[in-house]
Amino acid sequence: MHSNKRHVTLAVFVLVLLGLTVAGYKHFVLGFPLIPGESAKIWDIEARIHFRGENGPVDASLAMPEPGETFSILDTMYVAPGYGFRTVERDGIERAEWTRREAVGKQSIYYKIKIQNSLPVAPLPSRQQPDKEDSQEPVFYTQTLEGAYKLAADSLIERAKASSSDEQSLTSLLIQSLNETGELAEAKLLSDLLASRTGAGRYTQTDLVIRLLQDAALPTRKVRGVLLEEARRNQPLVEMVEVYADGRWNMFHPETGEEGQPDNFLPWQRGGTSLLDVAGGHDSRITFSSISRSVPLEELAVTEGRKAQAALVDFSLYALPIEEQNAYRYILLVPIGTLIVVLMRILVGLKTSGTFMPVLISLAFMQTKLVPGLVIFLTIIAIGLWIRFVLSRLNLLLVARISSVVIVVVGIMAAMSILSYKLGIQQAMSVTFFPMIILAWTIERMSILWEEEGPRDVFVSGGGSLLVAILSYFAMTNPFIEHLTFNFPELMLVILGITLLLGQYTGYRLLELKRFRPLVEGH
Amino acid sequence: MWLLSLLERRKKMKEFGVLGMNRRNHSYIGRYNHRSKFPMVDNKVISKQLAIDAGVSVPKLLHIIRSPQELILLRSELELLDEFVIKPAKGSGGKGIMVIVGRDREAWIKASGDRVTFADLERHISNGLGGLYSLGGKSDVVMIEGLIKADPIFDRFSFEGVPDIRTIVFLGYPVMAMMRLATHASDGKANLHQGAVGVGLDLTTGRSLKAVQFGRPVEKHPDTGHAFGDLEVPHWRRLLELSSACFDMTGLGYLGVDIVLDKDHGPLILELNARPGLAIQMANGQGLLPRLQAVEKLTIGHTTVADRVDFSQASFSRWREMGKVSMGSEQPVPQG
Repeated sequence: MHSNKRHVTLAVFVLVLLGLTVAGYKHFVLGFPLIPGESAKIWDIEARIHFRGENGPVDASLAMPEPGETFSILDTMYVAPGYGFRTVERDGIERAEWTRREAVGKQSIYYKIKIQNSLPVAPLPSRQQPDKEDSQEPVFYTQTLEGAYKLAADSLIERAKASSSDEQSLTSLLIQSLNETGELAEAKLLSDLLASRTGAGRYTQTDLVIRLLQDAALPTRKVRGVLLEEARRNQPLVEMVEVYADGRWNMFHPETGEEGQPDNFLPWQRGGTSLLDVAGGHDSRITFSSISRSVPLEELAVTEGRKAQAALVDFSLYALPIEEQNAYRYILLVPIGTLIVVLMRILVGLKTSGTFMPVLISLAFMQTKLVPGLVIFLTIIAIGLWIRFVLSRLNLLLVARISSVVIVVVGIMAAMSILSYKLGIQQAMSVTFFPMIILAWTIERMSILWEEEGPRDVFVSGGGSLLVAILSYFAMTNPFIEHLTFNFPELMLVILGITLLLGQYTGYRLLELKRFRPLVEGH
Repeated sequence: MWLLSLLERRKKMKEFGVLGMNRRNHSYIGRYNHRSKFPMVDNKVISKQLAIDAGVSVPKLLHIIRSPQELILLRSELELLDEFVIKPAKGSGGKGIMVIVGRDREAWIKASGDRVTFADLERHISNGLGGLYSLGGKSDVVMIEGLIKADPIFDRFSFEGVPDIRTIVFLGYPVMAMMRLATHASDGKANLHQGAVGVGLDLTTGRSLKAVQFGRPVEKHPDTGHAFGDLEVPHWRRLLELSSACFDMTGLGYLGVDIVLDKDHGPLILELNARPGLAIQMANGQGLLPRLQAVEKLTIGHTTVADRVDFSQASFSRWREMGKVSMGSEQPVPQG
C-alpha cells in the first residue's frame, strides 16, 4: 500500500515536472508568452524593383536578405505578374529569381518580407555556417589611393594603430579620425575625395572607410541593408562596414565609427555580390519601404516555431485547422472544470447532482454569458421538473419517460429561442449550447430526489451544482487561464498531477468540519 | 478568527479519530473492498442468495421478478399476499422499497397508511425493472420478500417503520453499532440525514450510549416521547455474530450490515452496504478511526466469528471506557 502511495507521488512528480518543463521550454526558448495580450512589433518590408524590358527574355535576380541573428524572417511573398519564380543559390547567397520569356516596357516586381526582432530560437544547423572562409577573401573593389592621399591615409592608419589595442578599436578610431577634418590635415585632404551631393567624387564615405581599413590590412566588407523606420517609403539601402576580427564579422557605422549592428538595421546584402541583376532590362531601380505593426506574441511564436521546425509546434494544436483549434479552446478548458469539481468535492465536500454535470453547464454558460445562462438553465429545469411531475402520473416506462423529458427540453429550448427573438433578447438564442440530454437527466434525477428525499435535497444538490458550475465558469472564462490552457496544453499534465495528488488526500473536507462539530463540541 | 476556530476543530476531530469521507473512501473502502465484490451487496438478489447459502438469517424471499412479462404472470400470486416488501435488487439507500402492511379488499395498505391499487404496484415494480432506482439507470430485477414483523420492544422508540441496527464490520470485527429510528420528520425513513434518530449502541451490552437527531443530541424520541436511556437490544451477541459472519460471506473488509429484529425470527439481515455512511460516529459520540486502526494493528487475526466478536466486545466497549463495566468482567453489568 505504501509503495502504491510512492508510485502516485512519483507519477505526480514526473507529470508536474514534465508539464512545467515543456511549458518553460515553450516560454523561454520558443517565446510563447505567459500572459495573454502580449504583442510584438513586426516589420513589413517591401522591395520594389522597376526596370524597362528590352522586348526579350528577362532574368531579374535579387539577393535575398541575410537577417543574421538579430532578425528572423517570418514570411516572404512577391507580386510579379507574368513572371516565373525560383530561388537559387549563387556564391553561397540565396537569390530570388524572376524570369519571363518576353518583357516589354515598364516592369514592376514587388518582393515583400515580414521580419521581427529574433526571439532566441535555437538556430538550425544548416544556417550555422561559420563565416570563416569569407574572411580569407576580402573583396577588393575600391580604387587604391595614390600620391598625397596615400600618404595621408597611411599617416591616419599609423596614428590609429598607435593608440588602439585591437582591430575593433583600430576601426573605430580610424573612422572617427576621418571625421576630424577640422583638426587633422590628413582627414581634410581625404575628405576631398568624398563624393559631394552634387559633384561626382571618386569615393563614397563607406568606400573610403573600406579603402583605409584594407590599407590597414583588416579584412573588410560592405554591408547594405534597410533601416527600419516607421512608414518609410522608397528609401535606398543604407551602407555599413564590417571588419573581420576575433573570428567574426563586426559591424561599424561608416560615419560615426560606432561598433555593433544598430537595432533597426536589417542587413540585406554583404560583400561584393550584386544586390540586383537584371538581364534583358535596363534602367533597373530598387527601392525599399518599411512599415510596422503589432501582432500577438503567440501567433509569432507559432510562425517562428514552424520555421525552425520545432517539433513542439509542428505537432501541436496549431497544426490543426482554425475551426478545430477553436473547438480545442473549449475542450482544453474541461480539465479546469474537472479540477474545480475535484477540489469542491474532495476539499470542500459540496454535493452536486451528477458529478461532472456542472462542467457541462459551465461550458454552456461560456457561450451564453453567466446571467442569461443562469436564467435559461433555471427556466428549463423549472419547466422540466413540472412537466416531469405530470409525466410521472402517466405511468411510463423509464426510457420512454426520459425520452419524453428530452423532447420537452428541446421544445422549451425552441420556444425560448423564438420568444426571445421576438422580444429582441439576443442572449436567450444561445440556449442551443445547453446539453439537452444532460439537462433531461438532471431533471429526471432531481425529480426522483424530490420524490424520495424531499425538496430540501433537491435544492442542496441543485445549488451545489450551480455553485460549482459558476465557479468553474469564472475559472474557465479567466483570460489568463484560457490563454494558458490553449497555448500550453502540456499544463494539462500538471492538472493531472494535482488531480492524482488530490485522489490521495485523506484529510477532512471543509463541510465535514461543520458536520462533525456537534460530535467534538459535545464533550 | 474564523479560520483559527476551524483549524482548532480540525485538530479536535483528529484527536477524536473522526473518520472523514475522503479517508473512508481512500483508506478503507478503496483498500479493503474489492470492486469485484461490490455486486454481492449492490445486488440484493445476489446477497440474499449468498446469505441463504451461508445459512445467515434473512427475510423470506417470496418472488423474483425479472421482466414485465413475469410481472403479468405474477399477478395472481401477488393477489394472494397481504404483507410483503417490494425491493429493487440494485436500489441504493432504500430507494424503491415499498412496504405493504395490509390489505383492504382491492387495495393494499402501505406502511405510511396510504392505499395503493394493483396498478400502483405494477407501476412501482416496472419502474424498478426499468432501472429508476438503480445506479446509472440500469435495468434491474425486483424481488418481493416477506414483511418483517418488528419486535414490539422497540415500538415505543419508533414512530413509523421498522427500526434497524447498523453495524460497521471491519475485517470481520464489529467496530461500531447504532440503531436507526424513524421519526415524523424523517417521513418514516430510517435515514439519519433526513431526520431519523440514531442511537449509538455499546458493543458489549447492546445498550444505548447516546442519541442524535440532525447531528444534535436528543434525550427522548421526538414523536413518542420515550427516553432512550433504557434502550437495550435483545439477542445482542447473536446480532453481532450475524454481522461478523457477513464478512466471511462477502469478503468485503469494510462493510455496513443492517439488521432488523423480527418478532418471530430474531435478528435478520436486511441489507449490506459496501459504502456505509459516517453518521454512526455522531450517534456514538466517537470516531471510528481508533477502532479501525486497532483492528488493522492485529498481527494475527481471529478466524472464527465468535473470537472476533469477543475481541470487539472486549476492545470497543464504551461502557468499559466510561467505567460503567469493571475491567476483565465478561458479563456486562447494566446500570440503571
